[in-house]
Amino acid sequence: MALAQIKIDATSERLAALEMPQGGWSGAARADALARLQAMGLPSRRDEYWKYTRPDTLVQAKAPEAAVLETDEKPVFSGMDRLKIVFIDGVFDAAASDDFALEGVSIERLADTSADIHWAQGLYGVLETAGQDPVERALAALNTAYATDGVLIHVTGKPSKPISLIYRHVSTSSDAILHHVVKVDAGAEVTVLENGPAAARFNKCMEVDIADGAKFHHVRTQGRDHERRAATHMFARLGTESVFKSFTLTANGVMTRNECVIELTGDDAHATVAGAALGDGDFHHDDTIFITHDAVNCESRQVFKKVLRNGATGVFQGKILVKPGAQKTDGYQISQSLLLDEDSQFLAKPELEIYADDVACSHGSTSGAIDEEALFYLRSRGVPKGPATDLLTLSFLAEAVEEIEDEALAEEITERLAAWLSRRRS
Amino acid sequence: MLNIKNLHVSLEEEDKQILKGVNLTVEAGKVHAIMGPNGSGKSTLSYVLSGKDGYTVTEGSADLLGEDILDMDPEERAAVGLFLAFQYPVEIPGVGNMTFLRTAVNSQRKARGEEEMSSTEFLKVIRARAKDLKIDADMLKRPVNVGFSGGEKKRNEILQMAMLEPKMCILDETDSGLDVDAMKLVADGVNALRNEGRGFLVITHYQRLLDHIKPDYVHIMADGRIVKTGGPELALEVEQNGYADILAEVA
Ligand SMILES: Nc1ncnc2c1ncn2[C@@H]1O[C@H](COP(=O)(O)OP(=O)(O)OP(=O)(O)O)[C@@H](O)[C@H]1O
Ligand SMILES: [Mg+2]
Repeated sequence: MALAQIKIDATSERLAALEMPQGGWSGAARADALARLQAMGLPSRRDEYWKYTRPDTLVQAKAPEAAVLETDEKPVFSGMDRLKIVFIDGVFDAAASDDFALEGVSIERLADTSADIHWAQGLYGVLETAGQDPVERALAALNTAYATDGVLIHVTGKPSKPISLIYRHVSTSSDAILHHVVKVDAGAEVTVLENGPAAARFNKCMEVDIADGAKFHHVRTQGRDHERRAATHMFARLGTESVFKSFTLTANGVMTRNECVIELTGDDAHATVAGAALGDGDFHHDDTIFITHDAVNCESRQVFKKVLRNGATGVFQGKILVKPGAQKTDGYQISQSLLLDEDSQFLAKPELEIYADDVACSHGSTSGAIDEEALFYLRSRGVPKGPATDLLTLSFLAEAVEEIEDEALAEEITERLAAWLSRRRS
Repeated sequence: MLNIKNLHVSLEEEDKQILKGVNLTVEAGKVHAIMGPNGSGKSTLSYVLSGKDGYTVTEGSADLLGEDILDMDPEERAAVGLFLAFQYPVEIPGVGNMTFLRTAVNSQRKARGEEEMSSTEFLKVIRARAKDLKIDADMLKRPVNVGFSGGEKKRNEILQMAMLEPKMCILDETDSGLDVDAMKLVADGVNALRNEGRGFLVITHYQRLLDHIKPDYVHIMADGRIVKTGGPELALEVEQNGYADILAEVA
């Protein structure tokens, strides 16, 4: 189908504002990505996949301004032993980052590797390309073509600490595009952390290839700067008996679209994607998930919880696709919202598409208010209404947080949530 | 301690009167029991006293330790010293029993301008109290009342009461669903809290609980009023003859 002129125009306008990094091994992948992008065009409001989320501000040539949040709060994960890699408004900050040397992993920057041949060539833009079918993800193609930097993480063993990507937002008009690639070798295991608001507008892509028996853990928080915008993509491919677990905490942000595209290609693999979001006012948060089961006896879980108030909007589009032959698939999907007032809304589109007969898939989506019985019970024990509401909110979100396997990380997230909730109240 | 005068209560949603002039005074150090047919308004009285939404007081008053409680929020009443052991304790998934109790204890202390209890002290106290009620460590860690058996929920109510050390304790059918041993445990828990400064209002259908928790007075509630008051022997009479005679006598 020919692209509508309006899409062609919008896409060229956006591209005119960008400059493609030149040279090195990624050149061919970037050129391919640009061709892909031009063939599909950037998303518009009329696209079915963007029915609940207006892509305008994510695709327009200039990033809308976003104020920088002044806070004395310690960043998430501060107290943890981790290898820090810092990006400020999308620009790598060597002084603030740790040395990349760590046993069991090799880390390089996308911007640094001018070599003509690199292991990441087999992945950069490759998983993204695979993820374009059956639904187009033009912002991810744009990312592959124009990413200015990112990290290339090759995990060969079991590094002793997490790789922690730290984003800071300093300029009110920054527009950052980062692309990370993670390759986890057979039997290897890594935890990748991400935190902070990256820029006024952030387009991020992460491609993760998890070999047989390997494990990838991912925990991120998206920062509290209220006016920031982000479109992120996670593409993962799982080998036999491998494990993928990703959790995202989002608080504030006027526009967030987190897409996660997972392909279970080896038997007995496990994938979990979970998220907790706290939305207030003009907050808009969209989780769009696509999990493909293409092997036998794999398990996948989607657990998403959103707490919305003062007119905030939450979106969930989650799909489980079970391909022919993917027998014994166990697919679980739940998306729930807690609406603290009647102005807020939750839009959910759960989908199952199954082409195998021996599968167990379940999905559920609910929207509810605070449980008045429970609230009264807490208050009758002397807990005032505000903290009692917080406790119930935390308990609502707990099911998503519990998907984090590492207890210390789960605790860190829970504490942060509790602190943010009580701060919201004051 | 607790003074209820001519209390009239209707449902907020529909025009239905449930309490039709309750008069009751519970003195410090005394145990009052309330019995009465199903639907006579016993739980409603306990809810109205503790501040649950959905009821409108159309007439009368209730004060605790000289303070008018009917206009207070539930948490304020708790801080003054009111405690209700629920007929149906509520399950709260995701909130640990310990966290819940510590938050409750410290919220009340804060409201009263007292110092908060440190986590070590809290742990020490709760372990001892839990042990008395045969509540194991696992139950303390689990989410509030989730997956607890009926009897475990009731024991958990008594644990909360023991931790919060209220002035005025209302127990709504805490004995229902308890086996003989659990009933003894619960009664021991209540008796341990009996002292000069504390009042009890025990709602029950059975004389058996009153064998363990000896009441000073027994009241019979029917159709939203207290229709008869007597000593422990009144409970025995109900046990033997049911309510028919009493109701006929006062009608
Ligand atoms: N929220 C409500 N909505 C409708 N009816 C109510 C409500 N609360 C109480 N009632 C009615 O008021 C009456 C008294 O109820 P209440 O629960 O106080 O009785 P009770 O004496 O505790 O009974 P039981 O011995 O069965 O526990 C009942 O007829 C009940 O149906
Ligand atoms: Mg009752």
